[in-house]
Amino acid sequence: MKDKIMHGLKSIGIPRLTIITLLIVIYIAAYVLKLDVAQLFSDNLVRMGMNGVLVLAMVPGILAGTGLNFGLPLGVICGIIGGLISIELNLTGLFGFVVAIVASIPLSILTGYYYGKLLNRVKGSEMMVGTYVGFSVVSLMCIAWLVMPFKSDAIRWPIGEGLRTTIALTDYYDKVLNDFMKFRVAGIDVPTGLLLFFFFMCFIVFLFLKSKTGLAMIATGSNNKFAKASGINVDKSRMIATVVSTILGAIGILVYAQSYGFFQLYTAPLMMGFAAVAAILLGGASAHNAKIFHVIFGVFIFQGLLLAALPVANVIFPQGNLSEIMRVVVQYGIILYALTKAGGGQ
Amino acid sequence: MKTKTRDLLTKNIVTIVFVILCILGIIASQQPLPFIFKELLTRVGRNTFLVLALIIPVIAGMGLNFGITIGAMAAQIVMIFAISYGATGFGGFMLCMVLSTPIAALFGYLTGVVLNKTIGQEMITSMILGFFANGLYQLLFLFLVGTVLPIGNEMYLIPGGVGVVNTIDLKGNLMYALDDLWSLKVPTVLIIAGAICTALLVWMQMKNKATQTKDQKKASYARIGMGLSLLVVGLVLNFTTNMYRFFDVPMITALFIILIAVFNIAIFKTKMGHDFRTVGQDKHIAHVSGVNVEKRRVLSIVISTVLAAWGQIIFLQNLGTLNTYGSHVQISTFAIAALLIGGASVTKATVGQAVLGVILFHTLFIVSPMAGKNLFGNAQVGEYFRTFIAYGVIGLSLGLHAWKTFAAQQRKDKIDLE
Amino acid sequence: MNNIMLELKEISKLYGENQVLNKVSFSVEKGEILCLLGENGAGKSTLMNILFGMPVIHSTGGYAGEILLDGQVVNINTPEKAMELGIGMVHQEFMLIPGFTVAENIKLNREVTKGNPISQVFGKDYRTLDYKTMNRDAREALDKLEIGIDEYAKVEGLPVGYMQFIEIAREIDKKNIRLLVFDEPTAVLTESEADNLIKAMKHLAAQGIAIIFITHRLDEVTACSQHVVILRDGGLVAAKKTSDTNTVELAELMVGRKIEKLVQNEENRNVEKSETIISMKNFKVGMPGEMVKGIDLDIKRGEIIGIGGLAGQGKIGVANGLMGLFPASGEVTLNGEPLVLNAPMASLKKKLAFVSEDRKGVGLLLDEPIDLNIAITAMQVKDDFLKKVVFFNQIDEAKVKRHAEEMVKLFDIRCTGTEQKTRRLSGGNQQKVCLARAITLEPEVLLVSEPTRGIDIGAKKLVLDTLIELNRKKNMTIIMTSSELAELRSICDRIAIVSEGKLVGVLKPDDSDAKYGLYMSGKTDMPGEVL
Repeated sequence: MKDKIMHGLKSIGIPRLTIITLLIVIYIAAYVLKLDVAQLFSDNLVRMGMNGVLVLAMVPGILAGTGLNFGLPLGVICGIIGGLISIELNLTGLFGFVVAIVASIPLSILTGYYYGKLLNRVKGSEMMVGTYVGFSVVSLMCIAWLVMPFKSDAIRWPIGEGLRTTIALTDYYDKVLNDFMKFRVAGIDVPTGLLLFFFFMCFIVFLFLKSKTGLAMIATGSNNKFAKASGINVDKSRMIATVVSTILGAIGILVYAQSYGFFQLYTAPLMMGFAAVAAILLGGASAHNAKIFHVIFGVFIFQGLLLAALPVANVIFPQGNLSEIMRVVVQYGIILYALTKAGGGQ
Repeated sequence: MKTKTRDLLTKNIVTIVFVILCILGIIASQQPLPFIFKELLTRVGRNTFLVLALIIPVIAGMGLNFGITIGAMAAQIVMIFAISYGATGFGGFMLCMVLSTPIAALFGYLTGVVLNKTIGQEMITSMILGFFANGLYQLLFLFLVGTVLPIGNEMYLIPGGVGVVNTIDLKGNLMYALDDLWSLKVPTVLIIAGAICTALLVWMQMKNKATQTKDQKKASYARIGMGLSLLVVGLVLNFTTNMYRFFDVPMITALFIILIAVFNIAIFKTKMGHDFRTVGQDKHIAHVSGVNVEKRRVLSIVISTVLAAWGQIIFLQNLGTLNTYGSHVQISTFAIAALLIGGASVTKATVGQAVLGVILFHTLFIVSPMAGKNLFGNAQVGEYFRTFIAYGVIGLSLGLHAWKTFAAQQRKDKIDLE
Repeated sequence: MNNIMLELKEISKLYGENQVLNKVSFSVEKGEILCLLGENGAGKSTLMNILFGMPVIHSTGGYAGEILLDGQVVNINTPEKAMELGIGMVHQEFMLIPGFTVAENIKLNREVTKGNPISQVFGKDYRTLDYKTMNRDAREALDKLEIGIDEYAKVEGLPVGYMQFIEIAREIDKKNIRLLVFDEPTAVLTESEADNLIKAMKHLAAQGIAIIFITHRLDEVTACSQHVVILRDGGLVAAKKTSDTNTVELAELMVGRKIEKLVQNEENRNVEKSETIISMKNFKVGMPGEMVKGIDLDIKRGEIIGIGGLAGQGKIGVANGLMGLFPASGEVTLNGEPLVLNAPMASLKKKLAFVSEDRKGVGLLLDEPIDLNIAITAMQVKDDFLKKVVFFNQIDEAKVKRHAEEMVKLFDIRCTGTEQKTRRLSGGNQQKVCLARAITLEPEVLLVSEPTRGIDIGAKKLVLDTLIELNRKKNMTIIMTSSELAELRSICDRIAIVSEGKLVGVLKPDDSDAKYGLYMSGKTDMPGEVL
């Protein structure tokens, strides 16, 4: 029995255990400090739904063997462009949101296709190349944002050149999902629409993973020689995974933006991939294996930690930005841990 | 001959593209050449050392060491404390150099140990490690200083007493501590350098005369010609009216850079450097022939980290302000981009490439805002453009390298059937 | 007798329960070439590992017996010790760094250095390399081999034939070298290169160095050696003077063994008259280490054909090439229609199924459950095990499970359930999963490679019985590749022997041991018709 527990703990990994314990401690501390725990928990739910799809975007890449998709900013940019198109057309509410998604999908497919093609040529270095492709495209887009021909006043600076750095969604589709069928129970606000959408996306990905194509993808990631011997086109599987991941990245940022209330342009998407990677790793995924559960659990604890730590830390240590420091340490610490676990050593 | 030229072109395509970009940028910026030259002189003196810190890990097969950020952190930790306790001038500068060495060495050792656990993914790991270390660095300066750790002077604390202020002015303590020790005007430097080079080259030519082939002879005379032209340019500048006569060259800084360049060349003539090469070429064979691969890899990162720390101190004493939470962040990106622009790759880098790369990269840096303004009516375009160049050239280089390795692996696996 | 340099006395080695060497004794004289013969798994490499003090020996409990060098018992417990004693090895794979010069490679990690002011202070790591001396030493070693390679040329541009010589030069540059082991050095060389190498070996022997030469080419044995030692199944079969024996006898000694009749193929079926199902013409496969260099072979419907040969000779390549897993060329027809090569899906669709020799590398998804492993190929190839759900085609998990349960029963797969991950299964059960997956494809032709490697005797019997049953009941044509000649001879109708990438000939199961031995070393001519 003791062995079993030890084994269980070992498989979770010390870093994850530490983080989970930390989250529990923070929540207890919040209660002791008489902070509004219910409010904290509501916010935690919102943050989970808002970041969830971005984290979900990690699943196909990990399963297909292209590793942690640090190239997520590519999908994010496609999503933002879709969102801007919807605003440009002056569409509002749920309809505006849906159009944003629909507009972003062909873009993401195209981007994902070329990105996938690239990743197929750099097998073994996908993560490093992905990171810098992401960085390059974000910085190139910075120039593009300056010259893009959008006309809407909500998008452009009123004076001067280019698009705004933050674009408010108040008049368009701010919180369309969050407020959909929202209800309050035991002091907790439940963002029904947001959560429903997130779980719906999880379900779609779940179905995809159980399809012929999805299983071919899993076989590819699990053992590409096996996949080849089973008549699976390895490169095509990896390509599909990359495209799906990019699409999810695009949808993810739209969900994020409608909850946040703004689109952030220019350098904002630069580091977005890392937070998503950290969340799924915290949920229990590795560089080679991921489950839908890892997404849901991971995004809940990671976002919960970031959110709850801020007020608690502010009460206990009024000086210093402790919660931001913790975010950096936790986020990169868990990625580092996963990299060393993934091995490559002799 | 034709294929030879084409080979030369394809091999150096990145550098050639950037030479062209620089020329176009200079033209588009409409800036006077002396201004660009002066700026460049400053930036070369400031950045070259850091770029040179990258060479050894490349040769040792660890790729581009994104972890030099960690060396820079070691330097800043020492500098902040040293300044707060009143370090000034050249003495203060040397104190920082000495104290940062063991700290950087320790950081480098830890980095090396982690990288030995992620063979094949060293670059992404060193990058993430840099980000992670930055978190700990922030913990130190935002939280621990003032609460647990004492600092020499309260004025460097954020009002409230916890955490170090955002920017630390180095004026009056370490600024120009090295640069101002001894400087000469540009023409003088050219004359001296030209004279020394020419004398040295002539002496070598005399010595090797007997064993030389025709091509070697030609090359040798060409080099002597270049040395002489340096001398001539120096003389011309010295005796005509021009702006260049008024620009200073910080001689001691230059000497530091030359020393470290010589070190980077000389190390590969020693047993240790040869082992780096062996490990870099083939870890397995190195291991089988009894080279302690892991130890050599760690050592290469330790050296790189220490050099990065020294480089950061030189960088900051010239810049004059220390941004506690920002000065180190982009160090690795810019240094690596410069090295790659000079024609280096993930597996090959030389001192010459480092120097050339710094010159090209920083020329572009100087001219792109103005060029952007003149071409697009927006200086921001130019600024974003140079960030894009930095990321883009790294991405391109990594991609090309990964592609080449992958293709070579495939070629190796695929045996010619005929 | 005083000439004996190395003596091995009753060397035994156990890997766990497995006796890989059993009281092997022989001796090597100064300045002689001794050939070591044996099939794969005969114990040659274990013996050499012992001689070199490799960690793999000492981490598994060491060995029994004594090694005497010049009459003194020596304890070789590390490779360094072996080196110190003057024992050297020329590897089959080249341990050369392409970017270095010949001299740098010869002196790898034994560089000559000289002191300088800095090294006086900081230690020997900082001593400068003495290229002049290094080049001179390298030149000397190369001259000893009478080879005219430039010592300062880079290795990457040199032809493959030279690489071996650089390796040898490295060994003889070690000043105290007395005993050199050549591990199948001629396998990668062309004929004339091999001749050169043998000349060099003789030259070295004449200078007093003892040489142990591992090879499978019987001609080479007779061409250069004074003594020959034959190992089989970990035991010493014979140690003879080369002049007292001939290639036929050597072949017989190398292969011969009583056939353990695990299963009995009673009828002596004549398959020659059946129609051809697969026909290969000039079939080549670029599988690294198992190159097939042009084979013509017809496979008859309903037969069990074996493909045998020594490791690295190309027998494994045939099935892998037919399945499109490695680049192949040539003309292959299946049921009279041309088979599209280099496309696994095309081969699978044509009802070929494959059980790979690399069970863990190719045969299984180790982190997926048994049922998915069995079903996934059929799903991808034949759209089996799928059902429509809304707009996705979904895996029919119930059907997958049902089918897996049937297979578990049929093959007696020992598992905790069909959802168990295949990584946790024993080798035999893993092999059964692989077989179940292949059968799920309902193939016309089943290709199985090394089906019994590394599995226990019960599983072995079950696998072989299943193959016979599939063949007899479903008239499935089976192409079985195996290193176990005995196994091939017990169930196959015909056995094709492959050597150096070519088909040597097709034998009957009851042909003589000597004939098998000769074929396996690439010879078909029977000197003197002694058989």
